[in-house]
Amino acid sequence: MSCSRRDLLKNTFKTTLAATLPLSAFKMLSPAEVKAYTGDSSIRWVFLVDTRKCVGCGLCVKACKNENEIPWDPPISRTWVERYVLMRNGRAHIDSPMAGRDGFTDSKIRENEIPPDQISKGFFVPKLCNQCEKPTCVQVCPVGATYQTQDGIVLVDRTWCIGCGYCIMACPYGMRFFHPVYKVAEKCTFCYHRIKKGMKTACVQNCPFGARRIGNMKNPNDPVTKLIMNERVAVLKDEYGTKPQVYYIGLDTNVR
Amino acid sequence: MKNHVLRPLWIVLAAIAVFMVVRHFIVPADFGVEEGGNFTYNYHRLSANDDWKNFKVKYRGREYCQECHEENVESILQSPHAIIQCENCHGPAIDHPDNPEALAIDTSRGQCLRCHTYLPYPTSQRSEIPGFEDPEDHNPDENCVDCHNPHNPDLENM
Repeated sequence: MSCSRRDLLKNTFKTTLAATLPLSAFKMLSPAEVKAYTGDSSIRWVFLVDTRKCVGCGLCVKACKNENEIPWDPPISRTWVERYVLMRNGRAHIDSPMAGRDGFTDSKIRENEIPPDQISKGFFVPKLCNQCEKPTCVQVCPVGATYQTQDGIVLVDRTWCIGCGYCIMACPYGMRFFHPVYKVAEKCTFCYHRIKKGMKTACVQNCPFGARRIGNMKNPNDPVTKLIMNERVAVLKDEYGTKPQVYYIGLDTNVR
Repeated sequence: MKNHVLRPLWIVLAAIAVFMVVRHFIVPADFGVEEGGNFTYNYHRLSANDDWKNFKVKYRGREYCQECHEENVESILQSPHAIIQCENCHGPAIDHPDNPEALAIDTSRGQCLRCHTYLPYPTSQRSEIPGFEDPEDHNPDENCVDCHNPHNPDLENM
């Protein structure tokens, strides 16, 4: 059998091409499979925080801790409220004593007396898990204990988490912490047990000022979705590319 | 092939086999990417969703309280405190009246001072709420609710 140099090269090229094409490329997918693959569902939970309405009462943190059985005294919380006091000289005083659990009842910040006449602006920013579209905390989990549900919530499987703490390191928002009782990673779930029953999250329900709202981004008639689409909203740390899904109205550049 | 080459190979293969068998029993059957299909974000135990769904609800909301305590709900709805949920002060209802039979009401000064300490922040709504610059000036040893009715905080009708 004779084989010219040209034929050899031709056949080698063809065979390589055929070998690199996986069989799955020829598989026909049913619409349901495509839908499941692209993660399509009718709900995508999002959160909207109006920082202009927050007065720093901390009732959201109190409700969250009680609702989700987070130990009261350790300085850990699924949600917290930060106070920003910006001075005329450009200095910023920022604090969140005990996550804002007991509200802000003192004008002193970290034992510093703040002269009222030199304050240019002061405001409160509630924070909680951003339920990112591309959560870094999930990417780094070595055992598959944390994952994203179909409706966009990032959950931790308490029976499967080994407590390695990678996710605590990976979250750019410092959202995750270690649960001292269950000895696993812990995070805000948007009160998954409540929203699945059609209730609001504990923090939303207990905010007297309407600073916190939760909605379904896939429902165009949802009032929260409308606000996010029409108002000027911002997210925290956009540059990390995690696509956070907690939107803020009235976010200041000092808030990180 | 020579025996001394094959022997370690059998050991490695046996170790892999043992690992696969142990793994088969330890990893739950519903572990995988069935939901969502994305290995990066959806690899999990499917029933973990239900674990979270079955978590106990503790804050039941004003409508739940209203079923029995109609008068009290009515009274607070007439006042500027209407925006505050019952359970913020009365504590989470959980399964009240079965469990707990009585709720522990937070009557502390701190509960009122969460909002009613004046903070001089011109751009925040906090500075528009009536409040004390120094709460220690005003009966520091008494609870606010001893004199002020939280359901009707109107100073005229004290």
